[in-house]
This record gives sequence, structure tokens and C-alpha cells, in this order.
Amino acid sequence: MPDTKTGPRDALLLLGCPQVPIQTSVALYLASKLRKQGITTVITGNRAARTNIEVADPDRHYIGEVIDIDRCIAQLAEKKRDFHFCFSFIHNDAGLSYAATVNAISPAAQILIIFGEHYQEVAGSVEFPAEIIAVNAVHNPMPLKAKIDEVFPWVVSNL
Amino acid sequence: MGCLESMKHEIILRDASFKECREYILSHFPEHFVVLPGYKIFEKHLIGVPPLYIAIDGDDVIIPYTKPCYGTFLIRVPDPEMASELRQKKPK
Repeated sequence: MPDTKTGPRDALLLLGCPQVPIQTSVALYLASKLRKQGITTVITGNRAARTNIEVADPDRHYIGEVIDIDRCIAQLAEKKRDFHFCFSFIHNDAGLSYAATVNAISPAAQILIIFGEHYQEVAGSVEFPAEIIAVNAVHNPMPLKAKIDEVFPWVVSNL
Repeated sequence: MGCLESMKHEIILRDASFKECREYILSHFPEHFVVLPGYKIFEKHLIGVPPLYIAIDGDDVIIPYTKPCYGTFLIRVPDPEMASELRQKKPK
């Protein structure tokens, strides 16, 4: 893994397929928490995931830059950009593949937010160092919000 | 060499897991290589969980291709030039 990034703190929020309803609301909630800590956020995902986020926050109270996931991976792989933190939203095998890729090409501290009905199976497939937040949540964001509230102070002060 | 979406390709596995693609390559293609996630081929950076395998079969290149909503595809791309290039440099 490359050396740790220096300078003002920033975080990448790596979105998965938006088919699980809570992803958008929890991503906006996390972006708000990070912004209050003075941590700049960049959100990446496919077109559907990005559009969900941008429609939900049209005046950009919580979100900042939003970029295409292929472009983001290219910038990380080519060392044109990096982040202090990467929060990956994962509910399927593809989401885990993207998180593993970022782990391999970026020095960012990895925090995996694993949810959805197969959360245990997905969490059990993680084969790289990361902080894991895994919750059985599909439609109701509150269990995942509660878990994020619990670990967030430790994550932003220790990673 | 062009962008993958615009190139002729055959889908070997559809909506697979990264493990299924890895196991398929290991069991079907003796000429395979490990590459790092983010390895650039056909103008795309490969997505995957290490060890990430690609293979060559004659003049064809076999790679995993992941989309957030559709899982991982294992695809075969006929490209003698790329197959030759991979044989020569044996990527890591």
C-alpha cells in the first residue's frame, strides 16, 4: 500500500449499486457528519447512484464534488489523486471488488459499510485490512445510522 | 486497441462473483497472469480482489470486468496484438 496522504483531511465515499434503499440516505448522513468535522468529501458511484445523491441534495447542503466511478478509479490508479479516508458502501460482491481495488491502489484508511440482506456473507469475504461496519439493514437506515454514530468519533480521530 | 465497450467481445460468465471468475480462469486457461487491481487494459482499470487473474487463450485475452449493479463478467476479447504484448511483458 502507498504512503499515507498528508494535508487537509478528505474522504472518498464510494457508492455501490443503489438498489438497496438506505444507501443514499446514509451516504448523505455520513457526508454531513464528515463536513461538520472539517473533512472534505468526494462522492463517487455509477450514474444511478450519483443521480440519487444529487437529486436528494439539490442545493448541495451536504455533498461536495461528485464524480464518475471509472474516472475516480483511474485517478487513484494513476496516482493523480488520493484521500485520507475511503468509506465504501457495500451490499454485494461487486461493491467488495471496488473496495478491494481502492485498498490496493490508495493509502486511504479503509472503512467498509456493509449492509443489505447478505451482510454477513459479504463481511465474511473481506480479505484485506479495513474497519468494518456491518449491519442487517435494507429499508430502515436507523440501525446503520446508530452503528456509524457509535464508531464515527473513533474512526475520524484514530485512522 | 480500443475501449472495451466498443470492441468485439464474448461473455464467458455473467453476473459472477470475483471468486467464480478467478476459479474459472485457473481451471480453464493454463496461460494466466496475476495483475494488481487497477491494472490498465483496453483503456479500463481492472476492478477486483487480489489475486486478480487475467488469461490468454491463443489470440484472445480473458479478463474480469466488474459493474456495480451487474456483478463481475468474465469476458473474452480477440486481440492478437494485446495477447502478444501480455506474453512478452508478463504483467504484475
